[in-house]
Amino acid sequence: MTEQLTGFGLGMRRPHYRSYIDGTAPVDFIEVISENFMIPGGKPLDTLMKARRNYPLALHGVSMSIGSADGLRDDYLKELRRLVGMMEPAVVSDHLCWTRIDGFNSHDLLPLPYTEEALALVCRNIDRAQEALGRRMLLENPSSYIAFPGAMSEWEFLAEMTRRTGCGLLLDVNNIHVSAVNHGFAAADYLAGIPMDAVGQIHLAGHVQGEHLLIDTHDQPVPDEVWAVYRAAMELAGPVPTMIERDDNIPELEELCAELDVARAISADTAGKRIAA
Amino acid sequence: MSLLALQRDFRDWLVTGKDTAAAALGGGPGTAVYQNNYRTALVSSLAETFQRLVLWLGEESFETAAARYIDARPPSSWTLDAYGEDFTDFVATLWPDDPEVAEIALIDWTVGQVFVGPDAEALAPEALAVADWETAVIRVVPSVLVLPLSTNADAIWQALATEEAPPSAEMAERGTAMLVWRQSLEPVFRRAEAHERDVLAWSAAGQGFAAISERLAATLGEDAAVTTAGTLLGRWLAEGMVAAVG
Repeated sequence: MTEQLTGFGLGMRRPHYRSYIDGTAPVDFIEVISENFMIPGGKPLDTLMKARRNYPLALHGVSMSIGSADGLRDDYLKELRRLVGMMEPAVVSDHLCWTRIDGFNSHDLLPLPYTEEALALVCRNIDRAQEALGRRMLLENPSSYIAFPGAMSEWEFLAEMTRRTGCGLLLDVNNIHVSAVNHGFAAADYLAGIPMDAVGQIHLAGHVQGEHLLIDTHDQPVPDEVWAVYRAAMELAGPVPTMIERDDNIPELEELCAELDVARAISADTAGKRIAA
Repeated sequence: MSLLALQRDFRDWLVTGKDTAAAALGGGPGTAVYQNNYRTALVSSLAETFQRLVLWLGEESFETAAARYIDARPPSSWTLDAYGEDFTDFVATLWPDDPEVAEIALIDWTVGQVFVGPDAEALAPEALAVADWETAVIRVVPSVLVLPLSTNADAIWQALATEEAPPSAEMAERGTAMLVWRQSLEPVFRRAEAHERDVLAWSAAGQGFAAISERLAATLGEDAAVTTAGTLLGRWLAEGMVAAVG
């Protein structure tokens, strides 16, 4: 049974496991970090199996390293394929970034230069991943703290990447805001350059102000600036399954669900405006 | 600069933290963010894996050890959970006169591995039906591990896990070992009884119940050997350690 994602979801995090196992969390879908469940067995997989019976699932990876110059790892793809086979998720996603080179794994989502060389390499790796998984993937736009000289903007890179590979986009509107502030571009320009028909999911999250830069921390409520980017994205994209990522400083489930209600209201409002137009 | 060269420069910056490596990436405050993210994630991962070791050493000593480990062993696995694989051996070199430190680390690591190990159905005691005890081989569930101990690290670990005052570190009797395995979804452990380690090893090597009794008889005498083997099997069945006998 593979469903489509629709509606509004949350990242399934440990403090709220019981509500997902019981099916009482008022969400339309859940998302988990793929690597946390790419394990032989035991309680984490048992928990996810039980939650999966109650909710459509998105598997969101952090270690595929789609931008590695030395290619993808066979063992990683094999383990992810195994998890996909077990869980039959509605969505499988990872990030437009690199994490690994020459056997070194940074465990961080590191930025790529937006060059023709990187585009060709990323597209080759996406083709290989989609073939290995037997399905279309979504790739998420990153937040970044360094920008390298490149031939194109991030949104131009993403647009060409989706055109060449057929992959979809996981649009993280917090990442757009963080990178826009850090690198001095306009979020509106970014959204205008994104092929909205390729957007299969939206992430919302919070960040903090560092000494010099905005830092994507996922430990705060979604701030007004990010809600504004979300509203603008929804006006362009139409209804897109949306979820909140909260990885640290995790509040009660009710608080996250109240934030999700804000997303629901914005979605309904923008849908109404589209119909009126 | 090629993508490969850029990624190698980035790796060098994260691993070495040298200004020259940051300069190759253009410098600026962004490089420091990535350096901080890299080290913070690794320290957090180690602290999550070695929770009782953090309590035993204190946060400051643990973080110093973690920082030295990060410098010595840059991560290679795609899963952060694997990063602590060599940490037990590493802390053994940092605390050579305190063997309980590495043994607490080993218990932390092993319990974590058992927690996510392969699933296996344990044989219920009432389901035991052996046609031929002469050739019957005991197969334990795959999570069963034997950890040799030179100290009372198991008692210290247990006290720390239950937020009790841990005992002082002491040397254990020669031949002490603990067994770690999973009962359903929860890891459990206890000290191995006399001969238990041997019987487990012989069973793992494929020796049947009769052969094991014979080997025990060499030290215990024939009657006590059969009783000991039977008692151990009964205990393992009751504790969910046996996958099959036959």
